[in-house]
Amino acid sequence: MEQISILEGRHKQVFEKKTGGEQVEISCDTSSLSGSVSQRACVFCGSRVVLYPVADALHLVHGPIGCAAYTWDIRGAVSSGSELHRLSFSTDLQEMDVIYGGEKKLYHSLIELIEQYKPKAAFIYSTCIVGLIGDDIEAVCKKVAKETGIPVLPVHSEGFKGTKKDGYKAACHALMQLIGTGSTENISKYSINILGEFNLAGEAWIIRKYYEKMGIEVVSTLTGDGRIDAVRRAHGASLNVVQCSGSMTWLAKEMEQKYGIPYIRVSYFGIEDMSKSLYDVAKHFPERPDIMEAAKQVVSEEVKELYPSLQKFKKALTGKKAAIYVGGAFKTFSLIKALRSIGMSVVLAGSQTGNKDDYARLKEMCDEGTVIVDDSNPVELSKFILEKEADLLIGGVKERPIAFKLGIGFCDHNHERKIPLAGFVGMYNFALEVYQSVMSPVWQFAPRKGVKI
Amino acid sequence: MKHAKTATQNACKLCNPLGACLAFRGIENCVPFLHGSQGCATYIRRYLISHYKEPIDIASSNFHEETAVFGGSHNLKIGLKNVSKQYKPEVIGIATTCLSETIGDDVPMIIREYKAEFKNGSPMPIMIHASTPSYMGSHIDGFHAAVRATVKTLAEKGAQEKLINIFPNMVSPADIRYLKEILEDFKVPYMLLPDYSQTMDGGPWGEYHRIPPGGTPASAIAMAGSAIASIEFGSTLEASKSAAGYLEETFGVPRYHMALPIGIKESDKFFDLLETLTGQERPEKYDDERRRLIDAYADGHKYVFEQKVIIYGEEDLVVGMTAFLTEIGITPILCASGGKSGLLRKSIKELIPNMDELGIKVREGVDFVDIEDEAKLLKPDFLIGNSKGYTMSRKNNIPLIRLGFPIHDRFGGQRMHHLGYRGTQELFDRIVNTVIEQRQNASSIGYTYM
Repeated sequence: MEQISILEGRHKQVFEKKTGGEQVEISCDTSSLSGSVSQRACVFCGSRVVLYPVADALHLVHGPIGCAAYTWDIRGAVSSGSELHRLSFSTDLQEMDVIYGGEKKLYHSLIELIEQYKPKAAFIYSTCIVGLIGDDIEAVCKKVAKETGIPVLPVHSEGFKGTKKDGYKAACHALMQLIGTGSTENISKYSINILGEFNLAGEAWIIRKYYEKMGIEVVSTLTGDGRIDAVRRAHGASLNVVQCSGSMTWLAKEMEQKYGIPYIRVSYFGIEDMSKSLYDVAKHFPERPDIMEAAKQVVSEEVKELYPSLQKFKKALTGKKAAIYVGGAFKTFSLIKALRSIGMSVVLAGSQTGNKDDYARLKEMCDEGTVIVDDSNPVELSKFILEKEADLLIGGVKERPIAFKLGIGFCDHNHERKIPLAGFVGMYNFALEVYQSVMSPVWQFAPRKGVKI
Repeated sequence: MKHAKTATQNACKLCNPLGACLAFRGIENCVPFLHGSQGCATYIRRYLISHYKEPIDIASSNFHEETAVFGGSHNLKIGLKNVSKQYKPEVIGIATTCLSETIGDDVPMIIREYKAEFKNGSPMPIMIHASTPSYMGSHIDGFHAAVRATVKTLAEKGAQEKLINIFPNMVSPADIRYLKEILEDFKVPYMLLPDYSQTMDGGPWGEYHRIPPGGTPASAIAMAGSAIASIEFGSTLEASKSAAGYLEETFGVPRYHMALPIGIKESDKFFDLLETLTGQERPEKYDDERRRLIDAYADGHKYVFEQKVIIYGEEDLVVGMTAFLTEIGITPILCASGGKSGLLRKSIKELIPNMDELGIKVREGVDFVDIEDEAKLLKPDFLIGNSKGYTMSRKNNIPLIRLGFPIHDRFGGQRMHHLGYRGTQELFDRIVNTVIEQRQNASSIGYTYM
């Protein structure tokens, strides 16, 4: 087979764990290399994914049609009521707007859409060219807010102005404008916000139920099944529980600074991390030992039911090897543990947006010989999948065809999944999906098994 | 309820660079390259993957803030260098985006500079540049711009060959395979562009392919200037924007321009043209296909007669489908497109002169909210178009027959035929079955023979 080399300029973003080997500090937090087919997206994408699940807000994309068209009903973020977030709105800028400016079009679009859909707030996403053509989005938003009486929030998400992480920050900044504007009356002292949980396939509902069983009030979920009114009173909670650390840590820090709300980082994937996320919240309220008791009760009940059902999968999957390439590094940690609990090892672990601490921890967690990558690309992913003889790839839609072409199983752990993978029930679903994909008899025909095609 | 008209809601179109990327995937050993932000490439890859279910590598020059201020020249050059190194392509298909167009990057000049700077390095890939600003037109314009730019870059004048160029428009990989089969059966040398029949619908890989096998070779495209004729599908595709138009203008290769051959009449025109150009009769196999199709029309005619449908999608697909639907007695009460060539109505009128009597309404430049509003008034029996009509189909309880691009919520969109007798047969069967299924479901008896 042809040798595949790593692009120059990417050597510091790829690392293989070896004892006694050179201790390379993985380089991350950098922009993608020009010409490399990054699996990352852009600033706009970062903002869009974070705010997308806010179901009773109007999401208007200011720019040419593509950005809105490609994000129309794209995620599995479900809502218990309003579904305004599932529609796609764009100012659809044309050549003349680029020449003469798009402010008027933005203004009229907003006034008409707000009149028609009566949203609780509006988010206006700037795309690449908006900054260049000099539209004063802030001014238009202020004007429309005044005329309509709802918050109209600019999201500065010009695609090229940074990486996806900057987009997360721009989205959090917009959320910060809302937080603190609602009443905190009647909010329990034993209350939390769930941050960075997007209610994909109803996951936020699963998590919420666990906390509620512990006697904890969930003030708001940011942003899964999100509602503007709930966001407005988020500052009334006693603790912020942050999942998907990549997108929401900034918001948690801001809220800590402004409202004195402490935060903890959690993950809801896998038995170990799911349990820990309940215990860690309980620990925050030491004066109420009954909360910890209730948490233990929830975990024990759930695990009692879950554990035996996983054994079938574990038996089949023991010794199989997985490659993980997902958006956030925190998820990678959980997945490594979750995979180990069903007998699988991890031969490749990476993320689009991990930071230095994340990669240091990843290195610590991984087995000897595991390849660790930051901001990888299809060529690299394929190279390591083949070299390390992985049986499974965990990633998103963009990684799926790589796995299937190479004849290995795949588990979609991204925003488009339609089956909940969080919580205890999510661990079951995850194991089932991995099992169904890895153990399928169709791979007997894959050329990597030496079959002639 | 007052309806917002200024904004586009649930767009019935995609952006210009998407079409260009797809077209570039139809060239052998070619990497599509978007000169713009990272997001454009990633979103387009994701969107195409959901339909074609193939890995699709699209490189990006990955603009940063400084790039936007000082111009994209530096990034583009580094990008080209990196892509050349990692993919070893024979061709790089560079399409611009709204960003690079707005800052006014002179891509042809940057390419010239790049070639001069790196002329002593490893073999220089052929570079094709298509201008595809997202604020103009839609994905179909990007598709044609890329095909035209490809021919413009590669085609040469040579001694006239018994060669036919065929530009099939944005059709499915299955359609492309069928067209190739037809031309091979006619035993005529041909140059079909773009040919993504294998790159977007190929087999499994024993090893990693940086660029999947398949596609029209650059050397074949070079011959396009010496062909005896170009056949170009797409009623609304003007010569000034098309590959065949360029070849006619520059090398005098006659352009035979026609609608997408869907339905018997339009397919006949295509086969007649092939007979004329090659001086051969169509192989018996196609007469058989045609006879079976006529037989099927007879068997199924009662189910479909005077059914009312709304058809939407790219304008040329809408024209082709309208021709087919009217010949089986279905009335497309609305022919809608997000595209805006200004030629949709005229093109339909050419094929169906009595369109107004039939009650065929045409609307260009619409989005799915507009189409839904029409659907509420017109009450069609079903909708025909891509997957993006599902939201309105579900909400209004109108069945949707999926075809074209994208098919994101069904399996096998890339293997669906639309063209010729074979494609028409498939479409006809599906339409009849949709009607039968509806009747069967609505029946209180539940007949088992329909």
